[in-house]
Amino acid sequence: MTGQLPVLQVAAPLLCAPLCVLLRSRLVAWLLFLAAALSSLACAVWLAERVDRSGALRYAMGDWQAPYGIEFVVNGFNTPVLLLVSLSAVVVAVYSRRSVEAELDSRRAPLLYACLCLALAGLLGLAITGDVFNAFVFLEISSLSTYTMIAMGRRRQALLAGFRYLVIGTIGATFLLIGIGLAYAVTGTLNMADLAGRLTGGHDNRALQAAVVFVFVGLAVKMAVFPLHAWLPAAYGEAPSAVSTFVAATGTKVAIYVFCRFAFTVFGASLVFGSMPVDRIALLLACLGILAGSAAACFQDDLRYVLAWSSVAQVGYIVAGVGLATTAGVSAAYLHMIMHAVTKAALFAIAGLLLLRLGSVRLSALAGIGRRMPWTFAAFVVAGLGLVGVPPTAGFVSKWALVTALIERDQWPVLVAMLAGSLLALVYIGRVVEVAWFREPPDGAEARRSPASMVAAIWFLVLLSLYFGIDASLPAHLADAAAEALLGKGGG
Amino acid sequence: MIASHYVYWTFFALMLIGLYVVISHGNLLKKLIGLSLFQVGVFLFYIGLGKRDGGSAPIISDDVETYSHPLPQVLILTAIVVGVATLAVGLALAVRIFEAYGTVEEDEVLERDSADRVAEHDRERAAEHDGGGT
Repeated sequence: MTGQLPVLQVAAPLLCAPLCVLLRSRLVAWLLFLAAALSSLACAVWLAERVDRSGALRYAMGDWQAPYGIEFVVNGFNTPVLLLVSLSAVVVAVYSRRSVEAELDSRRAPLLYACLCLALAGLLGLAITGDVFNAFVFLEISSLSTYTMIAMGRRRQALLAGFRYLVIGTIGATFLLIGIGLAYAVTGTLNMADLAGRLTGGHDNRALQAAVVFVFVGLAVKMAVFPLHAWLPAAYGEAPSAVSTFVAATGTKVAIYVFCRFAFTVFGASLVFGSMPVDRIALLLACLGILAGSAAACFQDDLRYVLAWSSVAQVGYIVAGVGLATTAGVSAAYLHMIMHAVTKAALFAIAGLLLLRLGSVRLSALAGIGRRMPWTFAAFVVAGLGLVGVPPTAGFVSKWALVTALIERDQWPVLVAMLAGSLLALVYIGRVVEVAWFREPPDGAEARRSPASMVAAIWFLVLLSLYFGIDASLPAHLADAAAEALLGKGGG
Repeated sequence: MIASHYVYWTFFALMLIGLYVVISHGNLLKKLIGLSLFQVGVFLFYIGLGKRDGGSAPIISDDVETYSHPLPQVLILTAIVVGVATLAVGLALAVRIFEAYGTVEEDEVLERDSADRVAEHDRERAAEHDGGGT
């Protein structure tokens, strides 16, 4: 039975999705999503524990052995991603009960839960698969459900945000498809480990170089690397709160994992970072992304757009870590991926709670909330300091690791960009704090009560980020194992 | 080079035409047409990879010597399904956008959004003035 866990992890949410649509009840759909998320988390914990103890795990789909069949691989490099995605899903499931009730009518709520199940299945599948074409299919499953969920936002602007993401996202995914096709034309195989084995030589092969470019440009769209980030702010800013919380915590992170997987274990570091200048391009784009994203966040007048632009900047930090292509750099990137997911999910969850209570999260509507809702505001400040990177929050630990990795390789320009980005983060978080704490609240504005489940989800994330800030041994262990598995001997 | 690989050149031309249509047109439906064209170009590229000169369909028979490679065709069956799903979601969104805005021209939609924003801003300013006056 336990041998089937790798596939069960993806299959459970995939099965729950059609059930949500067929049963058409808000409560049943929510229970199904919660069950799918919990079972995924249980599988992820069990798999992570097993991999930590006895090394990589392979699962041949339908017992068709690799390289002919599709295989699922669980190794150090994807256990943190599986844990992150399934844990976020559980938190969002708890959070979504009241949040979705407030934002969507009962006819559309089950469809939203079906899409959440599909997105969960797609992201987990993308993280666990060991087959490049299968990765494309899972990417599209998660993307299509995400486009639909974004378009379900409250305002009509959400529709165009969803449509634009669909167009840009599909172009990105199709670029990935072209890249996979070219790699297949060169090697005749689709299995990641097999591809890596056949790609040891031939770095001058034009088709192979084109494959690398197409795959990475396609993934960069999904990662929202500057300047391919244009879809992100509106998508995160207009989606229903539960969706922006889930997608902000997981969407770009899984794409970054796939980037690492292709760079280190499929094409190989000597091709990608040796013969081709992917590392230098990544570092340059990371710097630009950090500066542009942070600067744009300072000029937004809607809290959710502030957070979304800040995500563009945070992707820059993670890409900088990956672009170093050292063990310390990749480990720092993974650490920042985990820490930022927790922090940003907490912030989007708080924005959703404020939206529910105040009806708007424009900065002008937030005047004086620090006095009217001291606890919610305290949670916002703690998570916001995590974005800036102040000790003892989670953001400090990962930024410190990143700084150490950058100094090790003498990347001073990136370090300067990073420090400037952190200062800008202080500005955009400080702006919100200024409005919320020092401005007079409007008279007579009666706020609705905060639902306990949403508050519980928010505080779980905030306390988790504080805990990781004080004792980072668990995420640091996972990140080190990931970097070792990626940069070690391929691992496949 | 061009003559011997004309099939690939055709497919890449098709992809570029599709991509150009997506970028150059503001009409959401035309964008979707371009997107489909782009995807079809990629599908044909895969099929082209598996084709061999004189190769027949991959059904075992005594009087056939060479077969075309079936795997790219199977992959593309999956990708076609993905493409159809994308197109369906895109068209559904276009319908919803038409219902909400009364147009499927991207710049007109954006114009109405910015008009909304200006109106909202004015309302806030007015509310602030009222607050200061009383």
